[in-house]
Amino acid sequence: MSILVDRNTKVICQGFTGKQGSFHSEQALAYGTQLVGGVTPGKGGQTHLDRPVFDTVRAAVSETAADASMIYVPAAFAADSILEAAAAGIRVIVCITEGIPVLDMLKVKVALAHHDAVLIGPNCPGIITPGECKIGIMPGAIHRPGRIGIVSRSGTLTYEAVNQTSESGLGQSTCVGIGGDPIHGLGFIDCLRAFEDDPQTEGIIMVGEIGGEAEEAAAAYIRDHVSKPVVAYIAGVTAPRGKRMGHAGAVIAGGKGTAEEKYRALESAGVHTVRSPAEMGARMRQVLG
Amino acid sequence: MNLHEYQSKSLLATAGVPVPTGKPAFSVSEALAVAEELGGEDWIVKAQVHAGGRGKAGGVKPVHGRESLEQVVDQLLGTRLVTAQTGADGQPVDRLLIESPVAIEHEYYLASLVDRSLGRMVFVASAEGGMDIEEVAARTPEKILRAVVDPVAGLQAYQCREFAFALGLHGTQVGALTRIMLAIHGLFQQRDLSLVEINPLARTADGGLLALDAKINVDDNAVFRQKQIEEWRDPTQEDAKEHKAHQFGLNYVALDGEIGCMVNGAGLAMATMDLIQLHGGSPANFLDVGGGTTTDKVAEALKIILSDAKVKAILVNIFGGIVRCDLIAEGIIAAVRDVGISIPVVVRLEGTNADRGRELLEQSGLAIVAATGLADAAAKVVAASQGVQQ
Repeated sequence: MSILVDRNTKVICQGFTGKQGSFHSEQALAYGTQLVGGVTPGKGGQTHLDRPVFDTVRAAVSETAADASMIYVPAAFAADSILEAAAAGIRVIVCITEGIPVLDMLKVKVALAHHDAVLIGPNCPGIITPGECKIGIMPGAIHRPGRIGIVSRSGTLTYEAVNQTSESGLGQSTCVGIGGDPIHGLGFIDCLRAFEDDPQTEGIIMVGEIGGEAEEAAAAYIRDHVSKPVVAYIAGVTAPRGKRMGHAGAVIAGGKGTAEEKYRALESAGVHTVRSPAEMGARMRQVLG
Repeated sequence: MNLHEYQSKSLLATAGVPVPTGKPAFSVSEALAVAEELGGEDWIVKAQVHAGGRGKAGGVKPVHGRESLEQVVDQLLGTRLVTAQTGADGQPVDRLLIESPVAIEHEYYLASLVDRSLGRMVFVASAEGGMDIEEVAARTPEKILRAVVDPVAGLQAYQCREFAFALGLHGTQVGALTRIMLAIHGLFQQRDLSLVEINPLARTADGGLLALDAKINVDDNAVFRQKQIEEWRDPTQEDAKEHKAHQFGLNYVALDGEIGCMVNGAGLAMATMDLIQLHGGSPANFLDVGGGTTTDKVAEALKIILSDAKVKAILVNIFGGIVRCDLIAEGIIAAVRDVGISIPVVVRLEGTNADRGRELLEQSGLAIVAATGLADAAAKVVAASQGVQQ
């Protein structure tokens, strides 16, 4: 088991023939992902990476029965691509694109409420179930199939958690990068719920960041609904107040959303917190005994 | 992206929000010409910098008569204004806003922004404007009004009326506030704004409402489709190193410590800073080289870090996903040779082609310290920085 994606997931790529789309589609294929085709408007009927290209997501879905999509189109067109995927019946939409205007995402969130689709991202590394399905830009080689579910707001910090759990022999059930943008799809709580229900997952590593109140809400959820051990790290203890740290989300507003506040909330919910990002794997190893 | 007060006010005025009469001036002669045009003998001189707290810092001055105006303008232009919201160096003052004074009866607070937890645009208001809204919010949260905007229906007039009555407005002021809020809502949508803050929104002696001060932020992600606003960017208000980094597609924030950091990914960059502090050091900067890193970008990043005289050691921490570690290594070697780095450089490479990267660094013959993990890297760079200090 795993969450959201596995070896049976059929994936298409939106922005398939572009530079990013091509590179990461090749990587996904090399990893063994069932990439069944791609979409580039105007290039329908062509073949790319030995896979069919379609003009629309609707055509791709009806021909390939794809149920997941990874999006690499430029920021100006990404909102449109997300909604095209949802309308075509895609179940898991993974949007890697960074820099989507906030007001576009506000509209996307509202429109998605009318669909069953799950949006991961935008501005995220994607999702991977090790050994089965890789949708995103993460380096496949560092992952090992295993027991730990990982959910993170940050890309490269996800890789740290992965690397540490691989080296300590724990491995990962599924890793989800939910993205650092202020308005995004799937959140911590969605992933915590799924990991709690997934029999393969024995422990959960949660990587948060300063800004917003998502970690505080996750802490409350963990206290009431999660029985599996959770290890958490929050990046940004040293970040100065009010300074922008690259992710639009990582802004401390009015003293709220500081790393200290998040740590307090998580610790009071029984989460095993680590102050050093180098200790996520070791701490999980210790907690699981 | 931040706008100056005079730019914000011109946007608001175009949308129909009343603002004081005034114009920007870049020199004493321009200021005198603006004053002439405004008429009267009294004016307000406001330093235009991207920071709040100007009043307390001496950046806002009422003047009487041309002589006094000339003197104050001459004093302010070319200086750096240090406020509670700037660094110790302050922000350069190269332009002023000259306005006609307004007789004020009461100061309100009105703002609009995106609430990330709700995923909605919200309006916030308080009858206690003019002072630090964060203090009001912390001390007396019940005095903060909030209205959530439906993304499909948009801001409704009833929401504005609710605000107006709760703020104690009456008569024509209710309609005036409604028009102001609807105008802000329209502007927010058309111009891809992320913040509109009017503090204070003044009730004048004649009973009207007017934006006495204004702060507007534009969504950085949407600047590409707001060409007119992009032209308003004022690089002199940005840290010189931060501005240069921006030009090279690097994300850099200057800090006060002694250890320069070069990292890929914003989260890992913050984590690296945290780790340095945990090991007893202090980070000199936040620097995210991003995903599509090239050899040139790495070299530029190192040069920017080195242009900070406080830096005593450098930590390069790369977890290569898309980035290949051998490319990073080549960039480091080129930069070290090019600029002749005399301080210790600790490098931790992990991920794609990490072995090849480490090999290149070893063979380079340069004094680069290789680290084998996150904690090891932090410990080594902190030790190195302290070695330099002694």
